[in-house]
Amino acid sequence: MNERNERIFGVACTFRKPADVFHAAEKVRDAGWTRWDVHTPFPIHGMDQAMGLPRSKVPRLTLLGGVTGFITGCLLTWYMNSYDYPLIVGGKPYWSAIYPFPVLYECTILFAAFGTFFGQFILNRLPHHHHPLFELPNFARVSDDTFMVVLEAQDPKFHVDDSRNFLQSLGGQEITVIRD
Amino acid sequence: MAHAHDSSSERPAILDKVRPAELPRPKLILNDRGFHWITDKVCGIVEEPTPLWWKVLFGVALFIASFTGLGLFYLVSTGTGTWGLRSPVGWGWAIVNFVFWVGIGHAGTLISAILCLLRQKWRTSINRAAEAMTIFAVMCAGIFPLFHVGRVWFGWWLLPLPNQNGIWPQFRSPLEWDVFAVSTYFTVSTLFWYMGMVPDLGVIRDRAKTWWRKAFYSVLALGWRSGNRQWSNFEMAYLLLAGLSTPLVLSVHTIVSFDFAVSNVPGWHTTIFPPYFVAGAIFSGFAMVLTLMLPLRAIYRLHDVINQYHIDNMCKIILATGTMVGYAYATEFFIAAYSGNVYEKFAFINRAFGQYSWAYWIMVSCNVITPQLFWFKKVRENHSLVWIICIFVNVGMWFERFVITCTSLANDYLPSSWGYYSPTIVDIFTFFGTFGFFSVLFLLFIRFLPLLPMAEIKMVAPQADPHAH
Repeated sequence: MNERNERIFGVACTFRKPADVFHAAEKVRDAGWTRWDVHTPFPIHGMDQAMGLPRSKVPRLTLLGGVTGFITGCLLTWYMNSYDYPLIVGGKPYWSAIYPFPVLYECTILFAAFGTFFGQFILNRLPHHHHPLFELPNFARVSDDTFMVVLEAQDPKFHVDDSRNFLQSLGGQEITVIRD
Repeated sequence: MAHAHDSSSERPAILDKVRPAELPRPKLILNDRGFHWITDKVCGIVEEPTPLWWKVLFGVALFIASFTGLGLFYLVSTGTGTWGLRSPVGWGWAIVNFVFWVGIGHAGTLISAILCLLRQKWRTSINRAAEAMTIFAVMCAGIFPLFHVGRVWFGWWLLPLPNQNGIWPQFRSPLEWDVFAVSTYFTVSTLFWYMGMVPDLGVIRDRAKTWWRKAFYSVLALGWRSGNRQWSNFEMAYLLLAGLSTPLVLSVHTIVSFDFAVSNVPGWHTTIFPPYFVAGAIFSGFAMVLTLMLPLRAIYRLHDVINQYHIDNMCKIILATGTMVGYAYATEFFIAAYSGNVYEKFAFINRAFGQYSWAYWIMVSCNVITPQLFWFKKVRENHSLVWIICIFVNVGMWFERFVITCTSLANDYLPSSWGYYSPTIVDIFTFFGTFGFFSVLFLLFIRFLPLLPMAEIKMVAPQADPHAH
């Protein structure tokens, strides 16, 4: 990467229609880019495949949360009703997985939801309030009705002029260089 | 998601020859509204100067909410004797109101989670408001058991913490299960609601003109950039939260019904309670969604995004769940007769013809008879009538809980200890005020947060399909 590129975050262009940005994404994917993104006001169906993105890793964190929750529930009820202060109720066992099952069930769901919620924000690197894209004047329109492809300078294929020409060949409008 | 992309290559050749007609699908968005129109419409609600009707309603809501404050202040400073609870009815309005409000919340989760898993696209227009309703309803519900414990400053005994004698909560109690179920429900609903709202908060942030507005919505939107790499994780998390909320919502009212069903009281000790309670909860919740959405739709002219198709669907769900509830009432009677248990038989004859028969027949006429009007298209298209029927359903469902709670407790096994429960003015104040408390929260939601999920509505618009021609 040359010195000129270091102060550049990337190159962006806009599209007006979901179909246009969808086909542009397929071409960027086929050209072998790795550090790039498509910004859309809503998730476009099939865009993950069009971009060649792998399956999201959120489910792993959900599973981790769920397993943690179930074990936490077991430990909680066992420690409180059987170990620390054994409660005799009707001559039944101090602890079994049956009687506190609603508690185990709710703990599993609660922790799985935490895993999903925080997992999503961690994987998306949020909160992240300061980002070069926010300096782009037309970026505000992306959350409304505009679709944007951003090629990042971090990508080994990136070169300012080539990237601009590439975006132009894809049919992108308002091609802009984003400063870091 | 994947199927749309590959559809062209896998399309059987015969389809080109016979050219089957497109299935006519009802439009979700009328008048071919574009993406920008949706943004403008929803953000406009938050961006416009505070309307006069909002200020008036907010004042009225605050005033009504103060009744709960007054009721609770008097209760705490004087003692629980000020509620109408005495032997044999130790569970009166407090538990009735608790079940009523929790039940209302269930429709929000049904719309946001179960209908999401069932790919019901029409849910998009109403899910945000319905989820908000869920959260606020659970907040109202929480007040009652908390103060029903009597000495509210010992409310922390509900939590898994040791008291001063080193004793922990007892996990064999359905009331303790309830603590876990309701608090999990509240937490997960809030997370789901907020996560779904983050992209829309980003839209308001991007349109903000004043610096404080920008700051407020920037903080809430967490720097969301709507990149597809973010959407990919977001969509997965949304689907998973929907998948987690579905068993959760079914478990919450199941566990609430365990409060009754696990006891030995005639009329309560039945296995039908969990499904019957869940159906009733969805029934009352949808009635509340329509009660709130019909006026909002009229005020904000949301007719293009909440159209007759949406209202029809909600009416039909009310009809279906109302019929299920009616069927459950009949089953209870049949089982009581068939069981050969004299106490169970008496409990049900007493419900229909005993000292609380007035409440029983209010319940039956509101819950079983009125929703049957939704069979008729003419009724579903008359929105004033729909709204009135929904009010009847809300009233009927409150009376259902009243009937279940009070008839069984007032006349159980020993005639010598029978009694008659009536609420006091403190009960009435506290309950009446919760409608104000709910309205205060809901009005704040309308004013400051995106009422409709913009990204999701745009997603179901026909022009959002990348393969559209």
